[in-house]
Amino acid sequence: MAVASLRRSVLSLNRTLRGSWCQAPDLRPVCVSACQRTPERSSVHARNTFKVTMVPGDGVGPELMRAVREVFKAADVPVEFEEIHISEVHNMASEEKLDQLFTSVRNNGVAIKGKINNPMAYKGDLASYEMKLRRKLDLFANVVHVTSLPGYSTRHNSLDLVIIREQTEGEYSSLEHESVKGVIESLKIITREKSHRIAKFAFDYATKKGRSKVTAVHKANIMKLGDGLFLQSCAEVAKLYPKIKFENIIIDNCCMQLVRNPYQFDVLVMPNLYGNIIDNLAAGLVGGAGVVPGESYSDEYAVFETGARHPFAQAVGRNIANPTAMLLSAANMLRHLNLDYHSNMVSEAVKRVIKQGKVRTKDLGGYCTTEDFTFSMGK
Amino acid sequence: VDSQVTCPWRSNLVRPRKHIKNCYATYSPFQATSSVEIIMFLFNLQELAGEMVLMFSLFSVSTKAPIQWEERSVTAIKGPSGRWMIPPEAKESMDKSKIGLKGPLKTPIAAGHPSMNLLLRKTFDLYANVRPCASIEGYKTPYDDVNLVTIRENTEGEYSGIEHVIVNGVVQSIKLITEKASKRIAEYAFEYARNNQRISVTAVHKANIMRMSDGLFLRKCREVAENYKDIKFTEMYLDTVCLNMVQDPTQFDVLVMPNLYGDILSDLCAGLIGGLGVTPSGNIGANGVAIFESVHGTAPDIAGKDLANPTALLLSAVMMLRHMGLHGYAKKIEMACFDTIRDKKVLTKDLGGNSKCSEFTNEICRRVQDMD
Repeated sequence: MAVASLRRSVLSLNRTLRGSWCQAPDLRPVCVSACQRTPERSSVHARNTFKVTMVPGDGVGPELMRAVREVFKAADVPVEFEEIHISEVHNMASEEKLDQLFTSVRNNGVAIKGKINNPMAYKGDLASYEMKLRRKLDLFANVVHVTSLPGYSTRHNSLDLVIIREQTEGEYSSLEHESVKGVIESLKIITREKSHRIAKFAFDYATKKGRSKVTAVHKANIMKLGDGLFLQSCAEVAKLYPKIKFENIIIDNCCMQLVRNPYQFDVLVMPNLYGNIIDNLAAGLVGGAGVVPGESYSDEYAVFETGARHPFAQAVGRNIANPTAMLLSAANMLRHLNLDYHSNMVSEAVKRVIKQGKVRTKDLGGYCTTEDFTFSMGK
Repeated sequence: VDSQVTCPWRSNLVRPRKHIKNCYATYSPFQATSSVEIIMFLFNLQELAGEMVLMFSLFSVSTKAPIQWEERSVTAIKGPSGRWMIPPEAKESMDKSKIGLKGPLKTPIAAGHPSMNLLLRKTFDLYANVRPCASIEGYKTPYDDVNLVTIRENTEGEYSGIEHVIVNGVVQSIKLITEKASKRIAEYAFEYARNNQRISVTAVHKANIMRMSDGLFLRKCREVAENYKDIKFTEMYLDTVCLNMVQDPTQFDVLVMPNLYGDILSDLCAGLIGGLGVTPSGNIGANGVAIFESVHGTAPDIAGKDLANPTALLLSAVMMLRHMGLHGYAKKIEMACFDTIRDKKVLTKDLGGNSKCSEFTNEICRRVQDMD
């Protein structure tokens, strides 16, 4: 009887905790001495810490990660980081490290990462490490929630947009070849399956968060077959969600409307390259790359990072980077892990510091360093 | 001679450089005072055409510019070989006069023939699209201090129009980057910067992702930059440019880029200054052909109702006059247009007023005549 109730509570706890380390709980024998077993995978005991993969990346990544660690320590968050240092531009580029990273994320299910920089020189490999990571883990959806920060006014205030971008195909297929000397062809691949998947993700997200409109961004007047297929898939999925309004807009018009009247948009869904452009544009509208968090989802894993991905190499060591984006992203990660209390604590602290306006990093118009910001947050 | 000014409309698109042979920025040697009549085009179009024709007859009468208009339609027809092309009369006329002015052309999404703009580009090899964006005094936007020029490669890149269905449900689009086209556009950009007293040229690319194709574009830009040491050359990723553009557009001067990025960025910059209704644009082709156009859409909902805003087409025409060397006329019309907008008494609906297109045009014509 006690075993049955324990099993029920274990199952329900498992169901709420997403992540691959809770696979198939009903098949595992549940014994009363579960907590006494040494867990090679973390057991379902709620007081254990969660394991999260951390990839500091390049540029100011390590500094931002340090900020995250300090804040977590101050807030007493039960998360343990497994650090993996990987970089394509420094001497740490190697296939084993990449494999190590994959296994780590597969085990933990959740990761927080900085930007892994792409080397400018063509070294014989067309896909960067980040792209390989995305493809291997099938992180097909990138969600950037752009909101205006209270207390920091830009040319457009009170903005609230969600940008959903397909991350594995499109223009970033890394399929390039030189057919004739001096002529290079780069292939952009659009498949119905992936377009359908991202459209469904977008509508599901909109339903879950109570959004009213989804706009598909495309260039189907020029790329009739490619973006036409994307648009068609989105329209097909839209039929399944009659409560959500579906519109479409051409990418150049979209950019123009974003700078003139961004309030007309709610959720935007688009293929890869346009997503990159619009992510950065929208980030610029609310204050730059330092304030927008982003996350990437696959069916099984979630990776949290900044919205606009720039390594910001000019700021390394100078202690001027703005950790807001990374901290908000870490707060999102905590919410994903169902640590709502801690998540709210972190995000409220960030917003409070920005609203007060006393301690601000350079990109928001202040003069403080990253450390000052983190320190004041800890309070 | 009104040179040495920083506003892009007030500068020459082209300046005569007789001692340089392969200068792509060629110019047409027309004298304003000669009795030679200059023939232009007005590409006839479905919707907004009526307004535009009215406007141009009004203003050429009022400025007494030595221009003769020839109207030609460019609706695509199927040629004898089975390929779609523009009507032969249009092509001949253009080859003779070399300068054109175009109104909006509509590409329906499932038309059966390729985009008409694409056809025009292919026929006349219009390789450079130049769009100067400067904030207009009197038309308030959140961005007040924009002053940049986007130069976009117009013939290849993502818009090569080559697409295949590999299997059902998988489509492949090909983006083509060639050495020749990249070199040509880079040279044009630097020539333009030099002719118009611009300080820097920024190449916009995504070579971290599309390493071979944008890498080639970037290499060519760097090579050409070597020959133009008086102009600063920088390169920036597309996403960084977008990020910085909406925060601080003053840091950019001339931007040169391949086709898709150019399309998006030039529309972004147009949005910063107030939209496509006030943005001029010019397309430069090989063999001295130049077609100036207003880039906004055909606006079928207001066609025929005399509500359109002719500013974009008017400013494109001003660009055209400068290209031809008719600086006096260009300056008069441009000043009249800006004064009208600044005064805010007679404005069309999208600029915030209540007047009709014809009233707006009449006001500008009146100012031009007063200036004489």
